[in-house]
Amino acid sequence: MIRRYRMSSIQFNWYNPMLLFIEQLLNGLQLGITLFLLSAGLTLVFGIMQVINLAHGSFYMIGAYVGATVTARTGSFILGILAALPAAALAGMIVEVLVLRRLYQKDHLDQVLATFGMIMFFNELTRIIWGRQPLFMDVPPWLTGSIELIPGVPYPSYRIAVIAAGILVGGFLYLLFTRTRIGMQIRAGASNREMAGALGVNIRLLYTLVFGLGTLLAGLAGVMAGPILAVEAGMGESILILTFVVIVIGGIGSIRGALAGALLVGLVDTLGRAFLPIVLRLFLSAAYADGIAASMASMSVYILMATILVCRPRGLLPAHG
Amino acid sequence: MKRLLIVGMMIAALLAGPAQAVEPVKIGMITTLSTKAGYLGEEIRDGFQLAIDQEGGKLGGVPVKLLVDDDGRKPEKAKQIAERYIKRDGVKIMTGIVFSNVAIAVVPKVVQQEVIYVSANAGPSLLAGKGCHKNYFNVAYQNDNLDEVVGKYVTDAGFKNVYLLAPNYPAGKDHLGGFKRYYTGAIAGEVYTKLGQSDYAAEIAALRAAKPDAVFFFLPGGMGINFLKQYAQAGLNQTTPVFGPAFSFDERLLQAVKDAAIGVKNGSQWSHDLDNPANRQFVAAFKTAFGRTPTLYASQGYDAARLLGSALKQVGGDVSNLDALRAAIRKADFATVRGKFSFSANQHPVQDIYIREVVKDADGNYTNKTLKAVFTDHSNVYVEHCKMD
Repeated sequence: MIRRYRMSSIQFNWYNPMLLFIEQLLNGLQLGITLFLLSAGLTLVFGIMQVINLAHGSFYMIGAYVGATVTARTGSFILGILAALPAAALAGMIVEVLVLRRLYQKDHLDQVLATFGMIMFFNELTRIIWGRQPLFMDVPPWLTGSIELIPGVPYPSYRIAVIAAGILVGGFLYLLFTRTRIGMQIRAGASNREMAGALGVNIRLLYTLVFGLGTLLAGLAGVMAGPILAVEAGMGESILILTFVVIVIGGIGSIRGALAGALLVGLVDTLGRAFLPIVLRLFLSAAYADGIAASMASMSVYILMATILVCRPRGLLPAHG
Repeated sequence: MKRLLIVGMMIAALLAGPAQAVEPVKIGMITTLSTKAGYLGEEIRDGFQLAIDQEGGKLGGVPVKLLVDDDGRKPEKAKQIAERYIKRDGVKIMTGIVFSNVAIAVVPKVVQQEVIYVSANAGPSLLAGKGCHKNYFNVAYQNDNLDEVVGKYVTDAGFKNVYLLAPNYPAGKDHLGGFKRYYTGAIAGEVYTKLGQSDYAAEIAALRAAKPDAVFFFLPGGMGINFLKQYAQAGLNQTTPVFGPAFSFDERLLQAVKDAAIGVKNGSQWSHDLDNPANRQFVAAFKTAFGRTPTLYASQGYDAARLLGSALKQVGGDVSNLDALRAAIRKADFATVRGKFSFSANQHPVQDIYIREVVKDADGNYTNKTLKAVFTDHSNVYVEHCKMD
């Protein structure tokens, strides 16, 4: 049963803790989906090309900036997305050709230094082009308001659209990797790049395409986050750390692992923030409980990561074997 | 021929040197111009520079030279700049620091080296209380002031169950503390979020479940934009009003929040619509010079410059006698854009503090409208902790 609500008419009984729990699950799912879009690209690049790309968040930022600008100019959110995707992919491929190609043979420290430098480069570039002021981007009119998917739990339509888009992308990636020639080549390149090259696969082109695909997904995450978040220089860094946690938990190089890790991190982070204070208040005084809960919620995903690494050092769903 | 030209230029340079009869007074500005908070420093610098430009390179009739450097929001870098200003440039007057943590790292060091520091923004409690110093002046506000005014307003308006939200770091707790000092009702919840958090969906769902009758938040910069957008998307801005200090509602941030901020009431010591001659003149001049509405930060930069101008005029541009310069600054004999201004015993402002409402004006710009002065001649609670020698 789907009903549309006007903003002002949202009235429901929030004393039901079960419904609040379901809403927080949806919040966790939505954060997880955003993390999946970012970590899918990052884990591909890391797993296949053996490159640590700290600048991945910059493509998220580019997606958001281009999306916000085009949406503001044309008034169409769809056009904003359609502009943001090629912009992020193109920026990624240019970076791959100009910078990363020189780094494949170097060790990880050089890659970290170079891509860290690119973070600063892109942050300053956005300031030069768009100024220091954050950009404005709003939810498109046809996605405002809330939908009651489960009776008693109205949920913002836009966030549901984000979840749906994430699921579609997940399905698309699955088909791409299992059913297409290029997907097969990417998997071959990941398993053994010399052998794949010897068999006639153009590894250089393949790497550029993989990198472009990764940054395209980051750009998609960025443009979809635009209406919810502040579009500002440096917006990619705050989410980048969680993205790295996701790929470590999921298993480096594994798309399925990225999906599992992203959902797990999204849920643990959200549910920790939402329910730790309530749980701790059962044992401690309110002020004390809130203080500890705030600290523990910040740590929760890292505790999760440590626990998983102890039990499964290669992550939940490692890429090869 | 070429060599002759160079020699000629050198002689000309030598002759030109003594022509500058008075060495301009150097003012060292350390502020934040890079990072995403860079617009704050930009506003302070532009406000300060405007005052100098209006006098044709002088302040109070005394020629001045403004040195500006970017601290990148980093205390270590700000310390280096301060050292350089003192050692290399012989600066005797400094100003400009945006962030309290940077101010705490720099100010106690420079004021001990016989340098006057006039804060145009940061007003941490440490420097107002135990750490106060005769060489330290604050022309903006004490950090708690803008929260105290909201606490008083919310109490007077009859709200009895308020939900509090701030980032989990020292300034977050200070700001909520300032609010609670004047708020007498119940607290529906007090939540400390991660610093730099972007998604507030979980907090907003919990907030709605707590059913407060109002929300008070301190989330500076991008965090505030995120929160306000998501709060409006959840439909809560229609039912539960939001309050906060002015930091999330300056005219530049509002352009990134737009409708989601309309109707939010916030506390500030200044607004562009304050009706006094100095302010009308300042706002018009700023708009002409920079093509935008000044924010409170710009007004603080402008007032800092005019305060220094009044003092330089009294001492005739002589900054070698610090006792005289301090006494002149303490008088605060300048036409402030706030209408009236004086210093408390710990050299912080005694001023009126207002509640403003975010509105969309006739031209479609998002801006603040002053509702009323909640405090008149308001000082700060740290005066009693300040033992100045």
